[in-house]
Amino acid sequence: MTPFVALDGVTLTYRGAAGDVTALSGTSLTVGRGEFAAVVGPSGCGKSTLMKLVTGLVPPTEGRVTVDGAAVTGPVKIAGMAFQNPNLLPWRTVVDNVLLPLEIVEPHRRRFRAERKRYKAEAEALLATVGLAGFGERFPWELSGGMQQRASLCRALIHEPALLMLDEPFAALDAFTREELWCVLRDLWERIGFTVILVTHDLREAAFLADTVHVMSARPGRIVTSRRVELPRPRDLEVCFEPPFVELVHELRGRIAEMRAA
Amino acid sequence: MTASLERLAPVWFTIALFALWEASCRLLSIDPFILPAPSEVFAALVQYWRPVLRHSLVTLWTTMAGFAMAVVFGIALGLVVGWSRTIYRGIYPVLVGFNTIPKVAVVPVLVIWFGIGEIPAILTAFLISFFPIVVNVATGLATMEPELEDVLRALGAKKLDIMTKVGIPRALPYLFGSLKVAITLAFVGSVVSETIAANAGIGFLMAQAGANFQMPLVFAGLLALAVEGIAMYGLFALVERRMTRWAFRSQGSAAA
Repeated sequence: MTPFVALDGVTLTYRGAAGDVTALSGTSLTVGRGEFAAVVGPSGCGKSTLMKLVTGLVPPTEGRVTVDGAAVTGPVKIAGMAFQNPNLLPWRTVVDNVLLPLEIVEPHRRRFRAERKRYKAEAEALLATVGLAGFGERFPWELSGGMQQRASLCRALIHEPALLMLDEPFAALDAFTREELWCVLRDLWERIGFTVILVTHDLREAAFLADTVHVMSARPGRIVTSRRVELPRPRDLEVCFEPPFVELVHELRGRIAEMRAA
Repeated sequence: MTASLERLAPVWFTIALFALWEASCRLLSIDPFILPAPSEVFAALVQYWRPVLRHSLVTLWTTMAGFAMAVVFGIALGLVVGWSRTIYRGIYPVLVGFNTIPKVAVVPVLVIWFGIGEIPAILTAFLISFFPIVVNVATGLATMEPELEDVLRALGAKKLDIMTKVGIPRALPYLFGSLKVAITLAFVGSVVSETIAANAGIGFLMAQAGANFQMPLVFAGLLALAVEGIAMYGLFALVERRMTRWAFRSQGSAAA
């Protein structure tokens, strides 16, 4: 499998007034095209920095980041992003929030005014696939936290990005809503087939969704273990209660505990 | 019953305040030269309604002219200041320093430059009222969620895109909120200037009346100012609600 995203010996040092902080040091990571990768690690290990590096928001201090075969030198423009906070714009309706990336990314940007109707229909269709049919004309604050996060996922996917970057997207949700959204994400991924990098501290989430789980060390972070998840697909929530899954989570937890102790 | 009582509460409070004022003046037999009773003030208002109206309109015009300049300049400077962190850090201390200067101290300078009359009043109103507008617009822009900026930047958005799509709409409630504060400050500015150096306006009228020991007329001037101030505040509060309805959403409306 040719790597779609590759980090090769990447170090990132933030220059700060209180001295330099090395967020990542000598990190290497490869993610294949269409692969679902999860990155887990102790808090403050530079997981979010990893997101910024891959999307080209910050350049690495050392090493090389490549996406889709080309070195990353600026914003990659083929990535959708979603964060723990849904960050929907309160003055826009849900569907207008979802349409926001299309007002920015070419070639949609050029066509947006002329083909607004078609785009809107696409957005409504995407909303329907995550269970938000009929909520397009509502405002974000009329939606629950889980529904807002669904809308946020739609916004990340509306421009059909080849790469989806998720930074603890479900961390602020209650356990049941979170599991619901795992399934929403799983279904979207299986249907559309984009590449995902999911940063999380929830090991069950990583194990349930990912093809590969990468474990990061404490700051300065680097990838210490990459563990294939061999659980058969399609995965059902029931899989979380079967021995192979429980063993996997236990093993990952052990690795993180070692990292925290080190 | 309770709803209409609540709605009329401001009226009742105002009437009660005037009644208390009137009663205190009568019962304590306060010298009308120190504090005229409302009845005397209203009598003066009726007697001198022509000059009071004329001077009120002058003050209203100078205030609105200064305020309009403050809005234009305040928005422009607020956009510049909020645009980049470097400019924000560079210009902010200067602005704060400028804002700390009592504007009454600037009036003599303005008079030397522009002579006695409306221009110093307009400029004082402008100088005193632009600051809250700048600060609010800049704050609205500068407090944008960094993640949201990341989402847009990763898509290749330029700074201008981020400002027009997110920053500026986000700053609007801050702007309209600041207009209410700025308009009342603008009245302070124009009246201060009129009191010192003008030949028209409520400030001038009050200074004149004071010099002639016409205390009821001085208070009539104050009353006229209060009415203008409340009217303008109300107008901009209404504009605020109209323009940024989304920011006034009720908290209880989130779906379960």
